[in-house]
Amino acid sequence: MLINNFLVLGAVLFCIGVYGVIVRKNAVLVLMSIELILNSVNINLLAFDRLWAESGNNDGSVFALYIIAVAAAEVGVGLALVLLIFRNRKTIALDDLSEMKG
Amino acid sequence: MMLASDIQVAQNIGFGIIAAVMVLAAIRVVTSKNVVHAALSLIAVMAGAAAQYLLLSAEFVAVTQVLVYIGAVMVLFLFGVMLTRAKLGKDVDLDNKGAWAYGAPIALLMLGVMVYVLTKGFKDTKISVSGKGSNVGQNSLLSDKIFSSYALPFWALSFVLLAAVIGAIVLARKD
Repeated sequence: MLINNFLVLGAVLFCIGVYGVIVRKNAVLVLMSIELILNSVNINLLAFDRLWAESGNNDGSVFALYIIAVAAAEVGVGLALVLLIFRNRKTIALDDLSEMKG
Repeated sequence: MMLASDIQVAQNIGFGIIAAVMVLAAIRVVTSKNVVHAALSLIAVMAGAAAQYLLLSAEFVAVTQVLVYIGAVMVLFLFGVMLTRAKLGKDVDLDNKGAWAYGAPIALLMLGVMVYVLTKGFKDTKISVSGKGSNVGQNSLLSDKIFSSYALPFWALSFVLLAAVIGAIVLARKD
């Protein structure tokens, strides 16, 4: 199989995630788009892991596992922040949060 | 020399089907007007990613993906949807008005650049995804790596998770 199959799939998912981050206003949906981006990175890492597996190098799997752990932490803190914002302002529309705009 | 077994037809067909499902579900995640539908489409993307990891013979990462993403993260997302009182059914106020007009060109431009670079850089580099050449007992290699040369990042990651748990409790508790 061509390694480009997996790399292009990762690129497509990454761009869909970036589009979601730009377009979405609901904070939970922005977090979901960020998950799409992180997943596309994992696909890339594992494809390269497979590419270099013949030489006994499997660092890509280790990095992928670390990214999964960091993504779980990110979602936990992110959703806690979203809940806090919702409790204080009764909305999670991101363009209403403009106090720091100066 | 190109042997018939080098083309790996079955793997390519499997990859194509899973990839098509993943891309369609991902597009639904970013375009759906219903928050719960977006979350359920995200589950399809995660499951497809786990299947691709299996195809790349990274079994441990695939199982971790299912446990952590589909099992834990998606439940967290559905709780987030519930606790922020998302509207059931269609919700027209999920997107920035007119943002697709610049979001879509940016995403397509990035995609074009990335696909150009990838096709130029890895023209016909091949990976073997069949049983042949796959390192048997890869999981033991993986654990050796994590607990030897990557032990320090592993510790650091434990502290990241601890800090995230404490931070989430502190932020979300009521008083």
